[in-house]
Amino acid sequence: MSVLVYTESSKGIFKKNTLELVSYGSELSKKIGVELFVLVFNVEDCSMLSQYGATNILKVDNDGLNLFENKTYSNVITKAVNKINATHVVLSSSADSKYLAPSLCVELDAGYLSNVVDLPTSISPFTVKRTCYTNKALCDSTIESNIKIIGLSNNSFGIVENKTETKIHDFDVNLIDKQIEIKSIEKASGKISIADADVVVSGGRGLKGPENWNLIEDLAETLGAATACSKPVSDMGWRPHSEHVGQTGKPVATNLYIAVGISGAIQHLAGVNSSKVKVVINNDPEAPFFKAADYGVIGDAFEVVPKLNEKLKAFKS
Amino acid sequence: MKILVCISHVPDTTSRINFSNQDTAFDSSGVQYVINPNDEFGLTRAMWFKEKQSASVDVINVGTSLTEPTLRKTLAIGADQAFRIDSDPKDGFFVAKQITEFLKSNSYDLIIAGRESIDYNGAMVPGMIASMNNMNFVTNCVKLDINENIATLEREIDGGKEILSCSLPLVIGGQKGLVEESDLIIPNMRGIMQARQKPLNVIPAFDCEFKTKSVKYYKPAERNEVKLIPSDNLDQLIDLLHNEAKVL
Repeated sequence: MSVLVYTESSKGIFKKNTLELVSYGSELSKKIGVELFVLVFNVEDCSMLSQYGATNILKVDNDGLNLFENKTYSNVITKAVNKINATHVVLSSSADSKYLAPSLCVELDAGYLSNVVDLPTSISPFTVKRTCYTNKALCDSTIESNIKIIGLSNNSFGIVENKTETKIHDFDVNLIDKQIEIKSIEKASGKISIADADVVVSGGRGLKGPENWNLIEDLAETLGAATACSKPVSDMGWRPHSEHVGQTGKPVATNLYIAVGISGAIQHLAGVNSSKVKVVINNDPEAPFFKAADYGVIGDAFEVVPKLNEKLKAFKS
Repeated sequence: MKILVCISHVPDTTSRINFSNQDTAFDSSGVQYVINPNDEFGLTRAMWFKEKQSASVDVINVGTSLTEPTLRKTLAIGADQAFRIDSDPKDGFFVAKQITEFLKSNSYDLIIAGRESIDYNGAMVPGMIASMNNMNFVTNCVKLDINENIATLEREIDGGKEILSCSLPLVIGGQKGLVEESDLIIPNMRGIMQARQKPLNVIPAFDCEFKTKSVKYYKPAERNEVKLIPSDNLDQLIDLLHNEAKVL
């Protein structure tokens, strides 16, 4: 028996959620009383993981894994699970890991819970808390199968320092043929994605038009934040769908969410419910978002946002 | 081309969520049910294939008779026939198994499901159907074109998108982007009348296991009252975010 944590990397660099995943895996393995293995694809230097309890690293180096492809990746993870006889597999909630999970379930005959927010409250039956109804509720859920796959929500468990000795095991695998061809990948360079951001600055209809989005972008740049928007804004084509936050868009689980000119429809509030601190800037004191926020400024976004940006720049320097 | 669209029957996005039976079941009183929005984007794209590429479109749901109004709505939108596997689904694995059993006697070139339902948020069913039936699978799909036997797709990834290509048969997990919100079809009277005549086939569920169980529900903890900061004192906001919330 053991716990396997699958970490994600891109171009040899760990993704931001890695330390949280390893921290979770480490605490989980202690709670169950089994060994922890961290599965790593194509990352040269894994020494940072020793700070977070990674006692064993299963290291795969293969150029065929440079680009994510669901079937190929899930096949390698399955082989890793079998090699170390893993009973618990920990994944993140990234787009790629949510893509992998159902394929892994079938290959491993395992049960999977997505959006898990904490360590198990019971090992047998294996019971964890997860969010459902798009963050409008939580649910204690059990996994009944022998192998259990846990999809950890971003930014839900946190990072736990725990210095340890790390054994590195090289793991050679043969890759299966790709069924799906990746023609191209478009990533906005120099921009932080909503999934990776600590801070998100989001704009709504109150900004009156796409030409005013520099207000949002300038504030986001000062804070090193990702930009997002409400549903009407993406429906009107002011901003791309990929920025739409809410029940039918993206969920946001960030440390700080700043909503500018967003009234706070119930679907939008559901999407941002998992964010830790919410700030609302709106000229309508009746906006429902004030009831769901931690801090509020009642005022005209066109005056408040540039002023706040100047003050934040001064604060940061 | 034969298309199957998997339909979840979910509480409307504006619903307030409450629980009953000592917080072990969803309280459906006063709740309006709709087609899961992610499924509806896919269904609408399927209608496009029906119109432009003469595809046939069937829909399927694993649910009790309570889901039939939702299935009738998909028929009014334009689906040709509906199947309901008669069961109260236990989890995503159970649903995927039931649909896999159905696929033993019904074959499709393209299966469209939403990337996740907005109630359970499991994100399991489309990927499991694909793996159980050895079909190609793309989730978070925001664009889908099919030419002959080849699909070209766009998948939303964290911070960008990926253009993919693969052959049919294919399962996708769809979402907004497959069609625009303004493309969604509101059934007209003719569609509603026709839907009454279209077949809604009820199939008994087969005995199968499930892997996960929802035991007890909670509502998120109540929030503290918002702290209002005067718009002429933004230094106070920065101070609070730095010293109190510790997020700056």
